[in-house]
Amino acid sequence: MQEVHLTVTDVSGTTQELVFPTGMGLSLMEALKGAGYPIEAVCGGMALCATCRVDWVEGAVSDPTEAELDMLDTLPDFHPSSRLGCQIRLESLADGKATIRLNPSKN
Amino acid sequence: MMETDVCIVGAGPVGLFAVFELGLLRLKAHVMDTLPVVGGQLAEIYPRKPIYDIPGYPSILAGDLVDRLMEQIAPFHPSFGLGQKVRGLEAVEGGRWLVSSENGDQVLAGAVVIAGGLGCFEPRKPDLVGLEALEGRGVTYMIRDPQAFRGRKVVLAGGGDSALDWTLQLVDVAEELTLVHRSSAFRGAPESAARVQALADSGRLRLLTSTSLLSLQANGDGWLEAVLVQTQGQETLSLVADDLIPLYGLTPQLGPIADWGLALDASAIQVNTETYQTSVPGIFAIGDINTYPGKLKLILSGFHEAALMAHGAYRYIHGGAKPSFKYTTVTGVKGL
Repeated sequence: MQEVHLTVTDVSGTTQELVFPTGMGLSLMEALKGAGYPIEAVCGGMALCATCRVDWVEGAVSDPTEAELDMLDTLPDFHPSSRLGCQIRLESLADGKATIRLNPSKN
Repeated sequence: MMETDVCIVGAGPVGLFAVFELGLLRLKAHVMDTLPVVGGQLAEIYPRKPIYDIPGYPSILAGDLVDRLMEQIAPFHPSFGLGQKVRGLEAVEGGRWLVSSENGDQVLAGAVVIAGGLGCFEPRKPDLVGLEALEGRGVTYMIRDPQAFRGRKVVLAGGGDSALDWTLQLVDVAEELTLVHRSSAFRGAPESAARVQALADSGRLRLLTSTSLLSLQANGDGWLEAVLVQTQGQETLSLVADDLIPLYGLTPQLGPIADWGLALDASAIQVNTETYQTSVPGIFAIGDINTYPGKLKLILSGFHEAALMAHGAYRYIHGGAKPSFKYTTVTGVKGL
């Protein structure tokens, strides 16, 4: 798998298809930020701020770690499909594709 | 009021190392931080985690790095204002700055260095219409004195350790206590969770799990009157409440720094890479809180920024005079 294909819907409802290279150890948060989405990622990827939260629509992905679950559980408006972009490596998308929705929450 | 050459806002690794670089140029520093301890994130978030990219240390625990930095800056006798949240920054005569903290302390400094890292950790707020208008009028995020809730109808929201702990604290104080938690179970300390469940079973408190906050209701005077919640079965309940205490943890925010008129990019402070001065002369920003082309959020980069900042701050304080550049190998470390 040389690349992953992401279908991303932003908070305004616009959907884009994006292709990212794998093998660089990029996280989903870094990829989305690099693509110009306004993701703050204040904590820089330590699962501490949840500003990189996305809602998972489709696509096989690694299970959340305890640290990620703890952070998600803290949030006031948790959705069962929520994930932290910083905790997902692009390489962990087993089928090389995923569909996600950016979360409008500022938390 | 205390006076110092440079006031450093933030006692993380970069703020601490700035004391050293300033000290080499005979500038005395006062370091302030919201946290009651030095070390910032390293002390608060990952003290037992190893860091691998500090030159000379193949691996060093974050907490140990803080200890080493404290040892390294000791000769310069910095003063500390810990547990103090910086609130205001005001230009005064002579190009100096008056830094004030929330608890009223004031520091008069020749220059200010913001080494605020991720910013300050502020309570995470639920997304409820009219929430802000009721802050201080029934909605509060911090419990300073549990006795303030004596005889009151209190709704706590959240499922982490602090929500559980405060539930246990307030159960004997409040007239009526409800804990609202969005999930069906608690991920916090199992012992506290079991005690909360037992208190709920015995009718001492009302425990609403799989329930979300929906909206707030204010009385005619603009004070909180009721909290509306929604259960998983989509049933809406109205909880009569004097107080709502959302406890959803803390999230890093730029905080008051955002109001200081500095040029920002997203939530980082723009600096030039010659002196790490911000858009306002005399105010510098180093470490994770700044941004510039090519910025890497590394402790390593923050150390470099501290060295250049110190020379910039010296020039600012001494009316443009250049400090003499010397190697510590030649001069040693002369304390202040």
